[in-house]
Amino acid sequence: MIPFEYSLLLSAILFAIGCVGVLVRRNVIVLLMCIELMLNGVNLSFVAIADKLDSAEGLIYVFFVMTVAAAEAAVGLAIVVNLFRHRDSVYADEINLLKG
Amino acid sequence: MDFQLADLKLIAPHIALLGTALLVLMVEVFGHGRRRPEATWISLLGIGIAAAATGMSCHENRLGFSGMLAADGYSAFCNMIILIVGALTILVSSNYLKDERHEHGEYHALILLSMTGMMFMASATHLLLMFLALETMSIAIYALAGFFRTKEGVESCFKYFLLGAFSSAFMLYGIALIYGATGTTQIHGIMEQFTQIKGLASSPMALSGIALLIVGFAFKVAAFPFHGWTPDVYQGAPTSVTAFMATGVKAAAFAAFFRIFFVAFPATSPVWSQALWLLAVATMTMGNFAALAQRDVKRMLAYSSIAHAGYLLVGVVTATAAAGTGMLFYLLSYAFMNIGAFACVIMLGRRGADSTNLDDYAGVGFKYPLLAAALTLFMFSMAGIPPTAGFIGKFLIFKAAIGKEFYWLAVIGVLNSAASVYFYLRVIVYMYFRERPEAAPEGLRSGPAITVATVVAAAAVLILGLAPGFVVRMAEAAMSTF
Amino acid sequence: MLQNFVPVLILFLFAAAFGLGVLLISSLLGPKRPTAAKQATYECGMDVQPDARRPLDVKYYLIAMAFLIFDVEVIFLYPWAVQFKSLGLFGFIEMLVFLFILLVGYAYIWKKGVLEWE
Repeated sequence: MIPFEYSLLLSAILFAIGCVGVLVRRNVIVLLMCIELMLNGVNLSFVAIADKLDSAEGLIYVFFVMTVAAAEAAVGLAIVVNLFRHRDSVYADEINLLKG
Repeated sequence: MDFQLADLKLIAPHIALLGTALLVLMVEVFGHGRRRPEATWISLLGIGIAAAATGMSCHENRLGFSGMLAADGYSAFCNMIILIVGALTILVSSNYLKDERHEHGEYHALILLSMTGMMFMASATHLLLMFLALETMSIAIYALAGFFRTKEGVESCFKYFLLGAFSSAFMLYGIALIYGATGTTQIHGIMEQFTQIKGLASSPMALSGIALLIVGFAFKVAAFPFHGWTPDVYQGAPTSVTAFMATGVKAAAFAAFFRIFFVAFPATSPVWSQALWLLAVATMTMGNFAALAQRDVKRMLAYSSIAHAGYLLVGVVTATAAAGTGMLFYLLSYAFMNIGAFACVIMLGRRGADSTNLDDYAGVGFKYPLLAAALTLFMFSMAGIPPTAGFIGKFLIFKAAIGKEFYWLAVIGVLNSAASVYFYLRVIVYMYFRERPEAAPEGLRSGPAITVATVVAAAAVLILGLAPGFVVRMAEAAMSTF
Repeated sequence: MLQNFVPVLILFLFAAAFGLGVLLISSLLGPKRPTAAKQATYECGMDVQPDARRPLDVKYYLIAMAFLIFDVEVIFLYPWAVQFKSLGLFGFIEMLVFLFILLVGYAYIWKKGVLEWE
């Protein structure tokens, strides 16, 4: 039996990897993947907590988060295709028309 | 788990909007060959039905769907704000879309879908529903921000998408931690857990969950230090969508923010109210001072919207019924004044060129006196000068803050609104006291729908400023149903 | 607690040692006489077409997006099917509504021509 804390720790690490990835990576497709990683890290902690508390609520979250992530990925992909049409590049630091 | 047919009545407004969105989509693809002004009319009709349904369900005052959502006065008031925002946005867009050759029904469908999400956010009493509603709203708006597919539009769309998805992941993690600490994500259930279990209010898991929730909301309402995307996104998106984002998203996010923190976390309020205190002060100060330096009106309005998020945060920090009343009133008046201001910006632009530099506004005052008068009114209201709606809203929020002995917060807020007068008045100065350049293009991008929207917004700003009593009483009644 | 995983660890070590060992032995002992045919990516297949690192047609992305959405929405059908009896008529109608909304989306992308390849 893996202790509950270990699963939580693993999910925190996955979340952190995704978070750092969003902040440092340049390729926008990799950015999308990092966001998915963050969401899946959270999913893991939902499952772990649901198991520990013996409640189904966390499992239901996982279903919904998966569909939300799919919808987000589809919209994100569409945006990236549009972006690529305009600039022939998938690197985030070349997206600099609007100064910020 | 029990399902009751009667619960469907609680979500009748949401169903009406969703049905209209689907209808608009189907009309778009199956009614081919003709120009389609009907998308505008169908959407407005749907919004009207949703408003009627809201009016009918606002006295229900109960939870539905096993505690997932509440149909009370609070959600009814927020629904009304959102419906007003949506109706004004659709009116403002009709001519703009035609002028930019983007008259597609998808635009209306996306607006209606994101409004559905917003209304669910305002009535959600369960964090799962709140998250789903937030995503419904956001995903539709990501698509809207890039609707024109110009270089700037797509870029703004991408930035908004990336940071939006990033922030929802934070919020979701916060929900997971709160679930771990309390074992439930129904907000009344969370509140009971906090009162029953000793020491839960200081458990690291619960506190970090609350912190992550704050981060998620702060991204959505564009609060410091998570405001970085706002100016770029607001500038690059189609102007009508900017107006919708600035008012609708703010209304929905603040509605959910306030409900969750007011209902679920009063036990931990000493901790989060300090964090939010700092956030509120930093947000309004930063927004106002950055706005001082802007020469682009759309960017200036973006920073001003950050500052307004700061004032609204004062309401959340205070977290009393009076503060809620102030917040609701402020959100309503902000919807009118902001959409009105953006409508003026749209009318002054032309196809492919928004002309939002301050220099483009030189001499507008004598060329188009009515438009300039309306824009002046909206600027006065944003600056919080009486007798406009903006003044009453600020007054209510700061009064509530003083009532709970947040003196410094109120003082800083008042000082901030004094500083903001400078950049709002600068637009007016350019309009009335600068020569219009010879080469300035002729003509306004006007039409009956956008004129109606501007007149309604201007009238509402004046009425809410001169005779706020009725609406304030409605907001108080809405707060009393918690 | 973690002692239970010791056999798994041993299995991993064995697997890694075996795989690496075989690779090592064959590279040490095997004769090396490369020819053009042996160096090809697929020795007995079609010749590799030009560079793989070129943009794909946007049609693939459209199909991918449509697939992503419709594929994942099916996730809700499984728990519903398991609980079908206890959910009763109300659950059945709810699911019909859900599928109807998906159907509207399907009709939309169909009429928009997303599904046409040429």
